[in-house]
Amino acid sequence: MSIDKDTAARVAKLARIKVEEDALPALAEEFNTILGFIEQLNEVDVEGVEPMTSVTPQKLKRRVDQVTDGDQQDKVLSNAPDAREGFFAVPKVVE
Amino acid sequence: MADLNTLTLAEARDKLRAGDVTSVELTEACLKEIEGAGALNAFVHNTPELALEQAKAADARLAARDAPAMCGLPIGIKDLFCTKGVPSQAASRILEGFIPEYESTVSQNLFDAGSVMLGKLNMDEFAMGSSNETSCYGNAVNPWRRGNDDAQLTPGGSSGGSASAVAADLCLAATGTDTGGSIRQPAAFTGITGIKPTYGRCSRWGVVAFASSLDQAGPMTKSVRDAAIMLEAMCGHDPKDSTSADLPVPNFEAMLTGDIKGKKVGIPKEYRMDGMPAEIAKLWEDGTAMLKAAGAEIVDISLPHTKYALPAYYVIAPAEASSNLARYDGVRYGHRATLAQGDGITEMYEKTRAEGFGHEVQRRVMVGTYVLSAGFYDAYYNRARRVRALIKKDFDDVFAAGVDAILTPATPSAAFGLGEMNDADPVKMYLNDVFTVTVNLAGLPGIAVPTGTDAQGLPLGLQLIGRPWEEGDLLNTAYALESAAGFVAKPGKWW
Repeated sequence: MSIDKDTAARVAKLARIKVEEDALPALAEEFNTILGFIEQLNEVDVEGVEPMTSVTPQKLKRRVDQVTDGDQQDKVLSNAPDAREGFFAVPKVVE
Repeated sequence: MADLNTLTLAEARDKLRAGDVTSVELTEACLKEIEGAGALNAFVHNTPELALEQAKAADARLAARDAPAMCGLPIGIKDLFCTKGVPSQAASRILEGFIPEYESTVSQNLFDAGSVMLGKLNMDEFAMGSSNETSCYGNAVNPWRRGNDDAQLTPGGSSGGSASAVAADLCLAATGTDTGGSIRQPAAFTGITGIKPTYGRCSRWGVVAFASSLDQAGPMTKSVRDAAIMLEAMCGHDPKDSTSADLPVPNFEAMLTGDIKGKKVGIPKEYRMDGMPAEIAKLWEDGTAMLKAAGAEIVDISLPHTKYALPAYYVIAPAEASSNLARYDGVRYGHRATLAQGDGITEMYEKTRAEGFGHEVQRRVMVGTYVLSAGFYDAYYNRARRVRALIKKDFDDVFAAGVDAILTPATPSAAFGLGEMNDADPVKMYLNDVFTVTVNLAGLPGIAVPTGTDAQGLPLGLQLIGRPWEEGDLLNTAYALESAAGFVAKPGKWW
């Protein structure tokens, strides 16, 4: 499988990372190197093997369904690049 | 008293309890060393005021005979741990200015045990790297050099700052994290000890996430005994991390008897890689002989899927990273790009992430995005998770056959020069983790112990891998290896 410039651009878009047009060929080449390395996995017979979900067989613990936290608006917003009137502020989303 | 900063945790603890030294004196000695060690670029956020305040409190507890395990011991914390009120940015530009409102469970556990925090330590950006060259703070530098050659060497990565700081005696010990080898490889490159415990031993809460199914915190120390002391203080069940194990934490230090008679130590044939440097092969043979002389039974074992560990890792880790790092959107914390007239929210995301993430992080996020994308999820991600199950089964089979520990080299070489790998393709750098990454995929405990030096005088380490949850037994085997190897070399001070 070979990744071309257009696929690289599509992946960058999906990852929400701006990549300049002239940087795409080099990026595609890097992807191909890494994916070429990963291709080795096709040699392994994985028939009947379940994909691993957890290294330790364990049941996730349940907790009581109750409110344990809250009322920390100032702390939640304290690191925001742009916070106004108790909210995170972002550029216009809906026209 | 001279050179308090060179003490081990155990030595300093005993001196503190005997009243021979105060925590303030220890802390001041370390702070002075840190001040003079700018050339190593190990500490990136210093917290001298907090350190002295904690040291004074520790001295009061010591005087009142109410001293917990790490009381008054000055340590460094990797920048990946969120520390309340102290910058925590995972060595990334995207978290510039981020000051957590909360404390990670591991650092909180260490503070509860009385530790003193000297500051935050350099690392690869988001723990993605094997040489500490992807950090937004610039490279951390290895205190070791090749003989009289003044070329700067890497301390390894991603916990490069932690390794450099401990090896150079800027602190008594440090925290690290290990997703594919990020504690053990830098420990080996700098002649110190580093253990990654069983997945689930240390809470991941408040540790900036890279690959959640692989990430584990652990101590980086000057001795195996110190690793036992500090690991015990760091780990324990935490309801805030659903993968944290609800198991009792043993007294690891009490398990260091040095007696390994009758223990079965496996030597995996698949780790004898083509082109392995003669020095590494010799180190491995020497370590095997040491364990045998100490009474262990040496057995040849096979871990047949070893070869596929790195490629599986380079699917799973980027996949999890692409998901974890989706949170850096320029909305809730950290950096937001300056927008042009008319830019909408998509442009904000794309510009922010392009400016905030370094090259390696961008590459891994995009590889992860690709292997998770529609049409490739089964071919790449699910296949890698199946191979991961087989890699774990390799270990399960060996342990079921009675093997107690597995001995391997920690790294394929000694520390290399900073910049030496600049022109290599990314896969070449990934090969640094060839001996360590299997352990993360299988969730096992692994420890790097310094056991020798190469012809140029650089430290080399061996890795021991243990059964899940049996860190105490693993530490004891490591203790026997450490005692037999008698590694005492220190880097000559040039900084």
